[in-house]
Amino acid sequence: MVAKKSIKLLVVFVLALTSFTAFAQDDTVENNLIDSPEEIRAYIAHHLKDSHDFHLYTNNKTGVHYGFSLPVIVWTNDGLKTFMSSAFQHDDNGTVIVEKDETKLVKYHSKIYELENNATSLNLDEAAHPTNAKRVIDFSITKSVFGMIFTGLIMLLAFGGLARGYKKGKTIPKGFSRVLEPLVIYVRDEIARPNIGEKKYRKFMGFLLTVFFFIWILNMLGLTPFGFNVTGQIAVTACLAIFTMVIYLVSGTKDFWAHTLWMPGVPYILRPILAVIELVGFILIKPFSLLLRLFANITAGHFIVMSLIALMVTLKASFGPVVSTGMSLVLALFIMFIEILVAFLQAFIFTMLSSLFIGMAVEEHDEH
Amino acid sequence: METLLNDFSVGLFFMQAVILLIIILLMRKFAWKPILDALQSREDGIQEALDAADSAKLEMQNLTASNEKLLQEARMERDSMLKEAREMKDQMITSAKDEAQVVANAMIEKAKDAIETEKVSAIAELKTQVASLSIEIAEKVVREELSNKDKQMKLVESMLGEATLN
Repeated sequence: MVAKKSIKLLVVFVLALTSFTAFAQDDTVENNLIDSPEEIRAYIAHHLKDSHDFHLYTNNKTGVHYGFSLPVIVWTNDGLKTFMSSAFQHDDNGTVIVEKDETKLVKYHSKIYELENNATSLNLDEAAHPTNAKRVIDFSITKSVFGMIFTGLIMLLAFGGLARGYKKGKTIPKGFSRVLEPLVIYVRDEIARPNIGEKKYRKFMGFLLTVFFFIWILNMLGLTPFGFNVTGQIAVTACLAIFTMVIYLVSGTKDFWAHTLWMPGVPYILRPILAVIELVGFILIKPFSLLLRLFANITAGHFIVMSLIALMVTLKASFGPVVSTGMSLVLALFIMFIEILVAFLQAFIFTMLSSLFIGMAVEEHDEH
Repeated sequence: METLLNDFSVGLFFMQAVILLIIILLMRKFAWKPILDALQSREDGIQEALDAADSAKLEMQNLTASNEKLLQEARMERDSMLKEAREMKDQMITSAKDEAQVVANAMIEKAKDAIETEKVSAIAELKTQVASLSIEIAEKVVREELSNKDKQMKLVESMLGEATLN
């Protein structure tokens, strides 16, 4: 009952946040077809980026896009501006200019730019960088943000349900909770406990469990045809890695700092050098490896799956439609299975390494 | 690297930080804490039950061991009682035998005494008879002697032959 009500609430929330619209585009019908390798490359690159509306399907015959627009919230020179992304009319080349009290905004390659005062259209240099506009700070509810909120709600529903089951006095969970419980136990017993230690692991469970399921669900969401690419956004993985860094730096013990900054048992001349190496390791290299690993794996996964699906189009000329479609299907299916594994694996690795780094920081050393 | 930095969206980073923080806080309060507490208490319960079973088993073992010991003791006591009884019986038999011996000895002694006295009295009687016989013989001899000396001598001899003391 409670779950049903929550799902209803979720639907209402989604509808309130966005309005489901089908909007026609001015572009000619032929332009919507994606045939050539260049167009496919551009399409994939476009997909890998965050987007400001939720695009589900485009009817190439009529040129109508199905999907819904999402709120755009940007910080410009003139202050905060909010409007729905439908104002850009599905344009991504900087041609549609949205005017909000003197501020002219354009969307170019999934990023929103603010035109200079006297400019009437977006000018580009040879490297295709805008010359007469600057990027705004974009707090929009983009597709990624939408995905994250959605994931958060799913997590709250699922694990809140599990928690409520316990509260009712049932010690053995029922239904879907029965699947979730071993996962929670897995994270606790296989990731947190061995790496952080029996005494201190409890304090970090909130972060580790949240991050594990957050990354996993977002990775899996990325494999659905909705085409989320949240964990393939470098800002997202950077944020996750910085959370881990802040946690292990804040909870570092006296021992940890002593060993990092003034390593005992090493000649005095070497100690400052070691301190620099250790500090760089903990502040830069470790978070960087975390953020890049997740980002690169997920991006590469999306890239490969989409490229293999695109084989259907690119190989049609040389092998005919049946063979190219078959090949694309088999290969994409194969990679999809691997990607499902990778989705779990990357969540696991991120959580594992986070707990390992936290474990290093909270470790109590015996006297040498 | 440049594309990476170019793709980095400060706004998205900020939104992600805010959302992640909110999710962590909400999940901690509404999910992780009750779940982990419930798991912990359940595991403690299981551990307690296992410990209780172990201690019950140990108690059981102790109980059987003490039963065994009691049985052993009872058996030993029975053995010792039997042994004692046997000893007592032996002792009683020996003492009875001794007593009987003593009584028998006394009776034999008495009988011997009686026989001795009978014998003494018999000898004495015999002696008196012999004496009276000798006196008779002597009387008769004396009478014969007075008539015939040879006859007298013969008589004495025959008399003596008769009166051989056996």
